[in-house]
Amino acid sequence: MPWEHYEHEADIGVRGFGATKAEAFEQAALAMTAVVADPVLVAPRERVILGCEAPDDELLLADWLNAVVYEMSSRRMLFSRFVVRLDGRRLSAEAWGEPVDVARHHPAVEVKGATYTTLRVAPHADGWLAQTVVDV
Amino acid sequence: MDLALLRQTGEHRWEIPMQGAMRVPAVIYGSEALLRDMDHKVYEQAVNVAMLPGIVEASYAMPDAHWGYGFPIGGVAAFDPDAGGVISAGGVGFDISCGVRCLHTGLARADIMKVQRELAHELSRSIPAGVGSTGAIHLGEAEMDAMLAGGAAWAVKRGWGSAQDLARIEEGGQMKHAKPGNVSPRARKRQRDEMGTLGSGNHYLEVQEVSAVFDARIAAIFGLRQGDIVVMIHCSSRGLGHQIGTEFLKRMAISAAQHGIHLPDRELACAPIRSPVGEEYLGAMRAAINCALANRQILTHLVRDVFRAMLPRSELPLLYDVSHNTCKVEQHGNRQLYVHRKGATRAFGPGHPDIPPALRDAGQPVLIGGSMGTGSYVLAGTKESETLAFSSACHGAGRAMSRHQALKTWQGRKVVDDLAARGIIIKSPSMRGIAEEAPDAYKNVSAVVDAADAAGLARKVARLEPLICIKG
Repeated sequence: MPWEHYEHEADIGVRGFGATKAEAFEQAALAMTAVVADPVLVAPRERVILGCEAPDDELLLADWLNAVVYEMSSRRMLFSRFVVRLDGRRLSAEAWGEPVDVARHHPAVEVKGATYTTLRVAPHADGWLAQTVVDV
Repeated sequence: MDLALLRQTGEHRWEIPMQGAMRVPAVIYGSEALLRDMDHKVYEQAVNVAMLPGIVEASYAMPDAHWGYGFPIGGVAAFDPDAGGVISAGGVGFDISCGVRCLHTGLARADIMKVQRELAHELSRSIPAGVGSTGAIHLGEAEMDAMLAGGAAWAVKRGWGSAQDLARIEEGGQMKHAKPGNVSPRARKRQRDEMGTLGSGNHYLEVQEVSAVFDARIAAIFGLRQGDIVVMIHCSSRGLGHQIGTEFLKRMAISAAQHGIHLPDRELACAPIRSPVGEEYLGAMRAAINCALANRQILTHLVRDVFRAMLPRSELPLLYDVSHNTCKVEQHGNRQLYVHRKGATRAFGPGHPDIPPALRDAGQPVLIGGSMGTGSYVLAGTKESETLAFSSACHGAGRAMSRHQALKTWQGRKVVDDLAARGIIIKSPSMRGIAEEAPDAYKNVSAVVDAADAAGLARKVARLEPLICIKG
């Protein structure tokens, strides 16, 4: 399973799995956008370039998800595909998506931000796991 | 929650004695039934808050407390700057100054029911709500600065309301010492098109009927009679507040070690009140409070326009406006404390100088939003609340079920139809959003309010039931 949601009483947890850490970050972002709308409904028509850096893996994951939140909010876009490159504690990425279309995307809820609650980046099975709770 | 871990010190007061690194005890208010149903995470989070430097008296949790981020939702904690006290971006959260305001209408149920469907339609057309929605007001940099410094007072100057409104808002509608210069370009960009928008999730606008009055004297002072129609608006500082929360959470998580602060949970990211980052956050957070106050004021203006056009007899003066997610400097005893309320309402008792003169004898109005379809409450602050939890009370019902679970349990269309059968019209751009916010996904708001009343945190005044609900 490349991504999944998990339970938080008031909000929702997003978890990505991948063969590499970068892939787990991509899948965690996909899990987060799926909180807003089904990614299957979102066409990857436009590309947005983004980047961030943080002192450790976990803060970097939160920073990455918050960078995606910022692009969703300020551009009023939804995303359905991510390409992440990691260079130590520096992340550069492409996010692919399209402007929100309420009639077609049926968006449920905005994500306000990625929290540090249950925040974790760790080896998992043969690959990596990246997770946190997002505030909606 | 395992009650064996708690010491019951009153019918509705439960204490977690000091242990480990706790600097003060933790206190949870609520009935035995509410406490039993509370997630154990509330216990853990209340204990973690009690470990923060400079905390005074106790780490408190209100009867609606549930698992939050760092602080429990429903958490109250005060810090003394003279004792190394901290300010926590995590403690205030992303949704800075999320709050509720209540407007009178001068109308009765029959007036609304004649036009219920048309009114619901017009409100949903006029109030931008949901993901990706934008307002009609777009702020340039100078106007953005004026809004961040001026709050609702700025909105009134622009013609969206009256001076009488400002008297009925905490801080007189304008949070002082806001520092617009501390608000980042990214936070500003997120807000540029979001003034006068409701948001999504649990934010809403409702037309409600006063269905019961519990305290006739206070209700009369508040201007509430059984059968009256009111409008309740629940929303926040929108993207600007979310971005400020995000940025300072990271900065404070990183700087905590430099300040010698051990964080039991990174989400409790904080800084000494008297530190450059602490002061910078205070200025930015206060600007976000002003953004929320301005936003609710603009929404009020939009609601008044709709009512004026459809119901010319109506007048919509403000009863009161409260904020839920804030850190405010308040005098408690002989100390000036920085009181964090995360999903909790300030509830000053009768006679407090910050309550507008017309309401002062009654205590501060405390507006409690329930889930759509269940009902809301108006309470009043009590004198004893000062000694119980720095004059604080609950803020809502609190979720009983995750969004994830709610989505598996209900379908949006069925929720709409069930509520329609009970005479309640729900308008929302998102059926999925409605399913996630289904009434039964929340705790029983009446049990929460009864516990707040019985604990003495605030006094129950009136119950409100929805006729129209506009959801984001």
